[in-house]
Amino acid sequence: MDAPTIASPIASPLWLLAELTYRCPLHCAFCYNPVDYANQRDELTTSEWIDTMRQARALGAVQLGFSGGEPLLRDDLEELIGAGHRLGFYTNLITSGIGLTEPRIARMKEHGLNHIQLSFQDSTREMNDFLSSTRTFDLKLRVARLIKQYDYPMVLNVVLHRYNLDHVDRIIEMALEMGVEYLELANTQYYGWGLVNRAQLMPTREQLLRAEAVVNAYRQRIGNRVRILFVVPDYFEERPKACMNGWGSVFLGIAPDGTALPCHAARSLPGIAFPSVRDFSVKDIWYASGAFNRYRGDAWMRSPCSTCPERHKDFGGCRCQAYALTGDAANADPVCAKSPHHADVQAIVMAAHRAQGRQAVQPIVFRTDANSRRIGAGGT
Amino acid sequence: MIPAKPQLSRRFQMQWEPAQGNYVLLYPEGMVKLNGSAAEILKRCDGQHSVPAIVDELEAAFNTGGLRADVDGFLHAASERGWLG
Repeated sequence: MDAPTIASPIASPLWLLAELTYRCPLHCAFCYNPVDYANQRDELTTSEWIDTMRQARALGAVQLGFSGGEPLLRDDLEELIGAGHRLGFYTNLITSGIGLTEPRIARMKEHGLNHIQLSFQDSTREMNDFLSSTRTFDLKLRVARLIKQYDYPMVLNVVLHRYNLDHVDRIIEMALEMGVEYLELANTQYYGWGLVNRAQLMPTREQLLRAEAVVNAYRQRIGNRVRILFVVPDYFEERPKACMNGWGSVFLGIAPDGTALPCHAARSLPGIAFPSVRDFSVKDIWYASGAFNRYRGDAWMRSPCSTCPERHKDFGGCRCQAYALTGDAANADPVCAKSPHHADVQAIVMAAHRAQGRQAVQPIVFRTDANSRRIGAGGT
Repeated sequence: MIPAKPQLSRRFQMQWEPAQGNYVLLYPEGMVKLNGSAAEILKRCDGQHSVPAIVDELEAAFNTGGLRADVDGFLHAASERGWLG
């Protein structure tokens, strides 16, 4: 007879990520937003956002991120920051910097904004502007100065891939010069537009090892002056990441139209009706919805996860990656060497390198409304 | 290095979380849960109290003695994590 199981109580959400809009002035080739974002234009109103924030705060969420798309495109951003601050959230703005003028940054300070995360695509103007398909490098430099002038703690975020991994030393120097507190070096995760452009963006293992060595040497030298986070690219790993610290465990994402998501990329999963804050209370969504309970805990797991001693450490990895690479979200994340599909991940890496060597990869597909509508309509 | 009169860094925000039943320390995109004694020490890290004064207050408030080593140990760890300004 099996031992009786006792369901553990569901913990409250800690992170509320408000994706205010999918609109964005940049066209980054690695964006994790859904590739068909252009079909979703129906954004929550100011009062709907504030009500959602109030409900999530009552459940226990304490970190609030304003993201997108580019959140600065919402002209009620300052009002939403003020509301979040008064509710007792620690408020984070996650931005490309485009539209962050001095009057706005000053108003945000007055409204209680705690922190700004600014993205750069590279340490060089050429690569930054190429990868975002815009001329934004100099503007971003000015915004970085403004952020420090207004005394915000700052995270500099740079997404890494084969075009900029060899510039990690210059990226760290740029962070030191800016006086940021944190540098997040996030290797590309292959979701959304990143998945479309995977063959182009995939680095070599040698590039990664070199970059990691550079990061470690800087850490030794600079100590805690800038805390460097290096997010390892999981296609090169033997164990999966503990994605979102477990499905429905701490993270509650709200898409621009009010759809509640247990992870940024969950919309890519078919057959799950993700509930909207327009139809259900945040409490019902978090505790009672089928979507948030679907991969919570370990009852859903199959072999090799179900009997794995590490299942409460990495939660079987990432559901979206399991779906993208094996066709079934309930499978083990194939990044794991215990997955029967693990060889497929290695084959993808090798195929990307062969194609790069032959210059045979497709051109980069930039995140534009036209590309989004084309892909959303079934094009490739 | 523990400062003579430790002060919580202005880069960290400490607050009571009723839903969790504990104090937390908040920073960009992150959170640390504080247990009761950590919170009691950090509350007194206001740049006014010396370390012996913090120890005296805690020993009086909790009617106990011999807390110096515990307080030193915590402040050392807090300093390494960048919590003290």
